Amino acid sequence: MNADTSILPTIIALVMAVAINGYLLLGGADFGGGVWDLLASGPRRARQRALIADSIGPVWEVNHVWLILVVVLLFSCFPSVFAIISVELHIPLTLMLIGVVLRGSAFTFRTYDAHHDDVQRRWGLVFSISSVLTPALLGICVGAIASGAVARASHLEGVSFAARFIAPWANPFVLTLGVLTLALCAFLAAVYLTYEAGEDVQLQDDFRRRAFGAAGVVFVAAFGALALSGTYAPNVRRTMGTFDVSFLLHLATGAFVVFAILALMRRSYRVARVFAAAHVSCFVWGWAFSTYPWILPPDVTFVAAAAPDAVLELILVALALGALVLAPSLVWLFRVFKRQPAAFDDLHEETTGEFHAPNPP
Amino acid sequence: MSDLLAARSQMAMSLAFHIIFAMVGIGMPVLMVLAEWRYTRTGDPLLLDLAKRWAKGTAILFAVGAVSGTVLSFELGLLWPGFMHFAGAIIGMPFSLEGFAFFTEAIFLSIYLYGWERVSRRAHLVAGVLVAVSGALSGVFVVIANAWMNAPRGFRVVDGLPVDIDPIAAMLNPAFGPQALHMTLAAYAGTGFAVAGIHAWFVLKQPKNRFHRHALSLALRMAVPAALLQPLSGDISAKLVARTQPAKLAAMEGHFTTQSRAPLHIGGWPDEATRTTRFAISIPGGLSFLAFGDFDAEVQGLDRIPEEDWPPVAIVHVAFQVMVGLGVFLAAISLWAAWLRWRRADFVHHPWLLRALVAAIPAGFIATEAGWIVTEVGRQPWIIQGVLRTRDAVTPMPGLIVPFLFFTALYVFLGVMVLYLLMRQMRHAPKLTSPGSG
Repeated sequence: MNADTSILPTIIALVMAVAINGYLLLGGADFGGGVWDLLASGPRRARQRALIADSIGPVWEVNHVWLILVVVLLFSCFPSVFAIISVELHIPLTLMLIGVVLRGSAFTFRTYDAHHDDVQRRWGLVFSISSVLTPALLGICVGAIASGAVARASHLEGVSFAARFIAPWANPFVLTLGVLTLALCAFLAAVYLTYEAGEDVQLQDDFRRRAFGAAGVVFVAAFGALALSGTYAPNVRRTMGTFDVSFLLHLATGAFVVFAILALMRRSYRVARVFAAAHVSCFVWGWAFSTYPWILPPDVTFVAAAAPDAVLELILVALALGALVLAPSLVWLFRVFKRQPAAFDDLHEETTGEFHAPNPP
Repeated sequence: MSDLLAARSQMAMSLAFHIIFAMVGIGMPVLMVLAEWRYTRTGDPLLLDLAKRWAKGTAILFAVGAVSGTVLSFELGLLWPGFMHFAGAIIGMPFSLEGFAFFTEAIFLSIYLYGWERVSRRAHLVAGVLVAVSGALSGVFVVIANAWMNAPRGFRVVDGLPVDIDPIAAMLNPAFGPQALHMTLAAYAGTGFAVAGIHAWFVLKQPKNRFHRHALSLALRMAVPAALLQPLSGDISAKLVARTQPAKLAAMEGHFTTQSRAPLHIGGWPDEATRTTRFAISIPGGLSFLAFGDFDAEVQGLDRIPEEDWPPVAIVHVAFQVMVGLGVFLAAISLWAAWLRWRRADFVHHPWLLRALVAAIPAGFIATEAGWIVTEVGRQPWIIQGVLRTRDAVTPMPGLIVPFLFFTALYVFLGVMVLYLLMRQMRHAPKLTSPGSG
């Protein structure tokens, strides 16, 4: 174990928060897209779904890797905590994995399977239902950890199966956090889609309405969780009351969602997109700062659970080198795709022809 | 079924499923880049079409590989929290590097798959090369972590937990080079022969179809060298196992009695009760020579090892025979194809080679599965050789048969779907007969 003075566990914790933030902004929006695929309705139902598929298409596998980064950092740098979380949250984590598998493969199968409506609809249904379950379960896992229930369960001996493996996550507070996470993803996706709809005003209006709806659910779930925290997560409740960095971040979270809604009302979709992303990011960082220094509240700190400094140093070197490779690659990827959305049909054409000239930048 | 057995079965099933897609993720990018590179050289649009079709197949398989790989990274903790608690800090390094390699692979595969008309020709080819390189690297990093389980280095144990952790020494364990080489070659050979066999089948049916003839010839360029090098790499691996894991070697060979001039058992069935391997062809001194390069060397048998530390001998021995047998089969086909190519013969006039190639479609994959059974079952009862027992690493969570059965059903379903989609795609291959009719 480290001397209490080591700064490295904190740096790793910051990197993990960045990765979680990245996952929510990119992967979370893909999940949210799946929610709107499930809830597609009205006369423009097919167009809504096509836009969602286009916006997820090229990059879903890339967005997904942020989650793997979090997991790998957790087990490399805080192995005992990874072990505890994996044992106590076995059931929701397993359910989440099933969601990850079904969502990823259904999306791909839908892209490559026959383009009959019924086949497409079947895969679409698998894709969208697992898009709803996966982020909700992710929120449930994080909520169970934040509430202190995971740490408490790891000390239990000789209790019933339900008391140890179900009760820590199946309570109203934690389940509300699942709904909150899902609503955040849906809100983010709806705002992104207003922007990605481009010139199509009807589609923009569809997703604008959906963004308002999702923001309403976020609002209800956030204050619901706050109300429930007194009973189910007193440690969370305590941190909400103190005036510190996390408190400021919570305020910013609220401010940004208001700005995002105002921008949506004015139909400034590009601005709304930035505010929505800021809103979700402040949510993540507010949670991160109120949790710190605990990795497993209320009794395990990042420093106490960290692997030796020699290990963390090497991991940080690897992260730095990896970032050197990844940053330009990611920039290239997003420049190539996000500039001209809706060319998903590249994949479907049965062409044997020449390359087309590359599009001018 | 005990919880330990259920956990081991779920892990085995998850690995067995994922490894196919991992192999394809390493091998297919090489093929699509090869086809695209040939296209830039010759300008034959048929080659571009081939690159695009191979890329589509890669996309389906890569997605399933990505999600099944995510499952594995969680299962390490969900099933083996004791192992991760002990080893997470030691082998986190190769997993972190694997994460980056996979990230890079995913990024450039996205650019490759969706960027045909969005980036320049040269940039597109470069993206393909980067997919191939990062795909191979991510495989190597995962194998390094597994090699450490077979030859753990870079730590000391005090009170049941590791201290003085040196992640670099852990990565550079003696097994990493041989295992990484063996697995990478397996990926190229296995994928290459599967693709070659599929196109060989079409060549048999449509001998004039240029598309499939080109595809066959390109696939063999990857498969043949890999399959010819694989026996050499296997020899390196076997000599290493002889030094570091004598129990595994003894089980592989059904070798019960320590002796010099130890015989090599080909085939046969090891009987743990009578401590004999029956019905095998014995080559005197063969095992001594293969393990230590000396016909008179002494090879440790299972009699030197406490019976509680024996792996399941019959499973390991049979799996080893299957792997070696299929490896020899692929090497023989490779020699045949290489000889014909040297003679400038046209494969179309050699239907028996084409039939052998069709028969070899699953051979590389089955050999690889068998090889992983040798590695993993042969290390039992240890999860970390000589350090931590598998039974001490398993989760305390009861009822593990439920997730095992569920994931098995899920993966069977996914496997069937993938096969169906790939076959649907192949049926839509072009029927080109005259040159240049792109």
